[in-house]
Amino acid sequence: MKPASFDYVVPRTVAEAVQALAGPGRTAQVLAGGQSLILEMHLQRIRPRLVVDINRIPELDGMRVDGDGLRVGALVRHAAFERADAVPGPLGTLLSRAVVNIAHPPIRSRGTMAGSFGWAHPASEWCAIGVALDATVEVTGPDGERALPARDYFLGPHRTARRPQELITAVRLPLLGGHTGVGFVEHRRTHFCFAQVAVAAALTVHDGVISDVRIGLVNSADRPVRARAAEQTLLGTEIGPLPTGRRLPDGHPFARAGRVAAQEDAAPVAEPYADAEYKRQAVAVLVGRTLREAATDLGSRLAVRQGDPR
Amino acid sequence: MKITLEVNGTAHTLDVEPRRLLADVLRDDLGLTGTHLGCEHGICGACSVLMDGEAVRACLVLAVQCDGSSLRTVEGLAGPDGEPHPLQRAFSAEHALQCGFCTPGFLMVAAGALEADPDLADKPDAVAGVVGSNICRCTGYEPIRRAITRAAREQREASSTHER
Repeated sequence: MKPASFDYVVPRTVAEAVQALAGPGRTAQVLAGGQSLILEMHLQRIRPRLVVDINRIPELDGMRVDGDGLRVGALVRHAAFERADAVPGPLGTLLSRAVVNIAHPPIRSRGTMAGSFGWAHPASEWCAIGVALDATVEVTGPDGERALPARDYFLGPHRTARRPQELITAVRLPLLGGHTGVGFVEHRRTHFCFAQVAVAAALTVHDGVISDVRIGLVNSADRPVRARAAEQTLLGTEIGPLPTGRRLPDGHPFARAGRVAAQEDAAPVAEPYADAEYKRQAVAVLVGRTLREAATDLGSRLAVRQGDPR
Repeated sequence: MKITLEVNGTAHTLDVEPRRLLADVLRDDLGLTGTHLGCEHGICGACSVLMDGEAVRACLVLAVQCDGSSLRTVEGLAGPDGEPHPLQRAFSAEHALQCGFCTPGFLMVAAGALEADPDLADKPDAVAGVVGSNICRCTGYEPIRRAITRAAREQREASSTHER
């Protein structure tokens, strides 16, 4: 099918865009990258009366480090995060490890990070990273600007705290400090599929003890999940030497955190080829693997800092 | 809505409905049927073209979004004298096509990657990213990977000879 007809406007400022979205009695859609929206319009699952194309609003483009955070404008494409040094520190590494799982280069050249937050698909990599790291979604509406914490933002599949007249102008992510290692592991059937389950982790260690840990679960519930119960089991734990071998021993703290994430944090929704039990098992395994990847990343960061050529 | 597109170096002024996709306007209004439409879901990549130098799915971009943009399609790859593009020669040499339906999409994604990165030949992961972007049901992808690598190598050798 082809998209049904709609009116199309191309505002040049955020104020113009908000004005267009606030028009009376119209179902309006914001078009940024359009890589999900235009597909849904093909299928006519979404039939907007008005499409507001924000691609020509210069103030929405670009990302910048702002204090202890990264502000990602609404027009920053996924591809901008492919280089680990595009964003300073471990956050840049985490985003670069996650982004290669988002579709493929011709989609990543159009799709945007802020658009992923707007679309709020449970299998979105960015959204799970957002809830894990306490991101903030900045919106502008007829009543002015609001900053929505990611933990209160996602309400269900494609449902968010953004009001229909509000435009997402940016997503803010906190930069990660020097004692933090990161990991991202995704499991899917083929290269062309969405994640069945994926996990993002940021692990902070001081003097051999885990002082902070963030775990985000992708497609493990009807919305992105921060695995707080699993995080709790790790705080204050001595990290010790990493186990060798492919499989984590069952008694290892990372394996235990994985089981807790699967049982207490995840609320999997059954899908074809992945029922809820399968997803719980995948969560348990992937959380352990991602934590191990984060610990390895931290080890190599510390080695570089100490001039150890390892 | 009136828009201006520069396609393969030629400017076109068109009047298109906002609902129409770039791929349909290229094929139906401009007669450039080298851009193939497979799935129209953004998955297969047969419709990939270059928009301001970057590979995009022409089925997931509205034509009106391209107002003022410069586009390249597979028809714009060959030289002015009809000499095939190095990628086209490499696809032929490596048997990187059989039925040919997916070929324009692969060529354009590869052309975008090659122009963006002169050292693509040394980056097997980046080549794999290009090959993994589109679907081919004939070749099993390996000949396509070889062809892109061959073209990338030839391009670099040609430019280093030129510098000497």
